Amino acid sequence: MAADVTVDRVRALMERATGDEKHDESSTSTLDALWVLYDRVLTVDPSSPHDELRDRFILSKGHGPGAYYAVLAAKGFFPEELLDGFLGWGNPLGSHPDRNQVPGVEASTGSLGHGLALGVGTALALRAKGLEDQRVVVLCGDAELNEGSNWEAILLGAHLALANLTLLVIDNHSSSIEMAPWEAKLGAFGWDAVVVDGHDHRALETALSVHPSDRPNAVVADIPEGEW
Amino acid sequence: MTDMRTQLAATSTELVATDPRVAVVLSEISVDRFAEAMRSAPHRVVNVGIMEQTLVGVGAGFAMEGFHPIVHTMAPFLVERPFEQVKLDFGYQGLGGTLASVGAPYDYGTEGGTHHSPGDVALMLTVPGAQVLVPGCAAELDVLLRATYANGRLTYLRASVAQNDVAFDVAPGGLEVIRRGTRATLVAVGPMLTRTLAAAEGLDLTVVYTASVAPFDAAGLTLVAGDDPLVVAVEPFYEGTLLPTLADALRHVPARFASIGVPRRFITAYGTLAEHDRDLGMDAAGIRRRLLGILDATS
Repeated sequence: MAADVTVDRVRALMERATGDEKHDESSTSTLDALWVLYDRVLTVDPSSPHDELRDRFILSKGHGPGAYYAVLAAKGFFPEELLDGFLGWGNPLGSHPDRNQVPGVEASTGSLGHGLALGVGTALALRAKGLEDQRVVVLCGDAELNEGSNWEAILLGAHLALANLTLLVIDNHSSSIEMAPWEAKLGAFGWDAVVVDGHDHRALETALSVHPSDRPNAVVADIPEGEW
Repeated sequence: MTDMRTQLAATSTELVATDPRVAVVLSEISVDRFAEAMRSAPHRVVNVGIMEQTLVGVGAGFAMEGFHPIVHTMAPFLVERPFEQVKLDFGYQGLGGTLASVGAPYDYGTEGGTHHSPGDVALMLTVPGAQVLVPGCAAELDVLLRATYANGRLTYLRASVAQNDVAFDVAPGGLEVIRRGTRATLVAVGPMLTRTLAAAEGLDLTVVYTASVAPFDAAGLTLVAGDDPLVVAVEPFYEGTLLPTLADALRHVPARFASIGVPRRFITAYGTLAEHDRDLGMDAAGIRRRLLGILDATS
């Protein structure tokens, strides 16, 4: 199983992956949620990253993957030394993650608005395999949810009652369009939704650990401006 | 003769029944034809409603879990509208699956230009590694779907209303020599064969047939084309779509090329498929007229 690591350890690893400063805020705002997911919520095994019984995580927004890479490295999916070559020629850790190059990465993302539909398909596939205890968590940014494709998938996820599907929104207030109120908006589409402090590990863990049995749910991690 | 759309549903339904790794993802189109499959495997045969980006993304999600998805709707809504999902979710991720369309290039002629898609094949050819198959009749569609659905590659399978009179022993990368002549070599694609043979009646021409645009049988064309060939594509998509493939196949000889395909203009008229074929020079008479023009210009 994944090694126990502290969030401070992950933060230190992030600092080794330099060169994508334009996405620093995108990356750091995901750090706490990703650490909680991989340390306390998801069932994953770095020694067997394709285990059928694992939970699936899709970093839909793709942008700012430094925190994601740091968490995966800290958990042992790949050697930490790869972080030092982030964005470099021949290094698998690029500005947007690639499932065919990075162990532990479930989907190649970066173009916004793809991951949630992939997650719906993954959840359906797990249902078809009889693996409905395995969860599918898709992380989207608040601005990414401007993309209409997400709302197609949100509509469909509720219609299909995909209870093993969780949307984790990192609301770092980068959207030019006001996205709140999340609970009402997602609730109108048939999802359970809760907004929590995006830096509060206990609140994140509680919200990400429970989910309804008859519909998908969303956890919105609020990251106020300036607290990225 | 069974129509290709019905055959697509019948073959898919049988594959769903016999292979537990087959999934079908629909977007309202042809749902009635898949009713039996939906009843027999409701978790693997899903109608997502009218959301084509999600249609393709859900299909790719199934593929990420090791399934062989068959994703189906009309060509413009399967290839053009959600093209980025096709390119990235399947292509870039290296996932296999079948994108099975109906309606191209202008099969449902009364629907108007919003429902036509003569550019679908050209677009699919920009996805590295994608197979592009254009069967000439329902029996060929059945063979091609069975041959490719589980091969781990992205395959675009284009079902047409028009069909040839005869089915051939088709395969991905296959090419059939129909007749031999000396003035030029016609490459008839998919449902263009029967009308191409009618158009070439009495002319000293080689006619080859393929249902496989990618992979294309370059070696087979080389064998029949000769050392100084004039090669004419007769293609059921925008004219010129096949020419880069033909040019690459014959790059070692001083070949000349021409195309008889759908003219590159928006189709604004309404009418039957036959009326569109006639208007666009895609029926036997039109192909012969265009062919004679090419032969005159190159003689």
